[in-house]
Amino acid sequence: MPHVPLADYLELSAVLFTLGVIGFLVRRNPLTMLMSIELMWNAGNLAFAAFARNFGDMSGQIFVFIVITVAAAEAAIALAIVVMVFRRREDVDVDDISLLRG
Amino acid sequence: MTLLFWVCAVVLVGSAIGVIASRHPVHSVVGLIVNFAALAVLFLTLSAEFLAMIQVIIYAGAILVLFLFVIALLTVGSAPIESEAMKLPEQAGQSVVAGLVALGLLAWGIRADWAQSAARPPADLGTVGKFGVELLTTHVFAFEATAFVLLVAVLGVVMMAGRKELRR
Repeated sequence: MPHVPLADYLELSAVLFTLGVIGFLVRRNPLTMLMSIELMWNAGNLAFAAFARNFGDMSGQIFVFIVITVAAAEAAIALAIVVMVFRRREDVDVDDISLLRG
Repeated sequence: MTLLFWVCAVVLVGSAIGVIASRHPVHSVVGLIVNFAALAVLFLTLSAEFLAMIQVIIYAGAILVLFLFVIALLTVGSAPIESEAMKLPEQAGQSVVAGLVALGLLAWGIRADWAQSAARPPADLGTVGKFGVELLTTHVFAFEATAFVLLVAVLGVVMMAGRKELRR
């Protein structure tokens, strides 16, 4: 079974992370911005899993487990914030949300 | 194996572009589902069986359904969110430049000479049994920490979404 080198996985991870960064900065829809954050989490997960295989150590995979948990918590809280903003303003374009109070 | 990796890589990058470029958030969610599925396949090529499973079950099954619910709640009978012109029109170009600078820095870091492990990875790397043993022995503190993170998330959501008074 031929081995895909670690560097290939890391380069793919870097490209995915960059796409997430660009999406987060360019888009103004908070939902699309959150999905860009998920892309960045996943790019990090891919790098962790690649290192775990490279060094034959489970610690990288355990860290992916933590990252997925934190991503789930982040998605839940961020979506709750988006829903609250929407209930107050009927509009969630992030360019228009410039106050820290409702 | 190499062919599978490159097919998955193309699918991952293409669906990621779809996520950040599509106008409607539902299309972004569909792109994200494809992205997560391809990532689960890559986890399998990295002999991370358990991660591939929770990638599908938790990410595609739980988090994206949460996104879909919020999209359904937010886009009922309202104008598209990005209908008005951008307040900071120069932001898009600068963002792409910033992203490419980040990519350059990452590529620079990747060029480091990572030691390819001499021995083959152990045969049970990433299986559910091995993962469970590691999680509850060596990394039990991480396990407890995830429980605490989830508790904080639940409390936060209940605090914010369960509030009675709502000024309109």
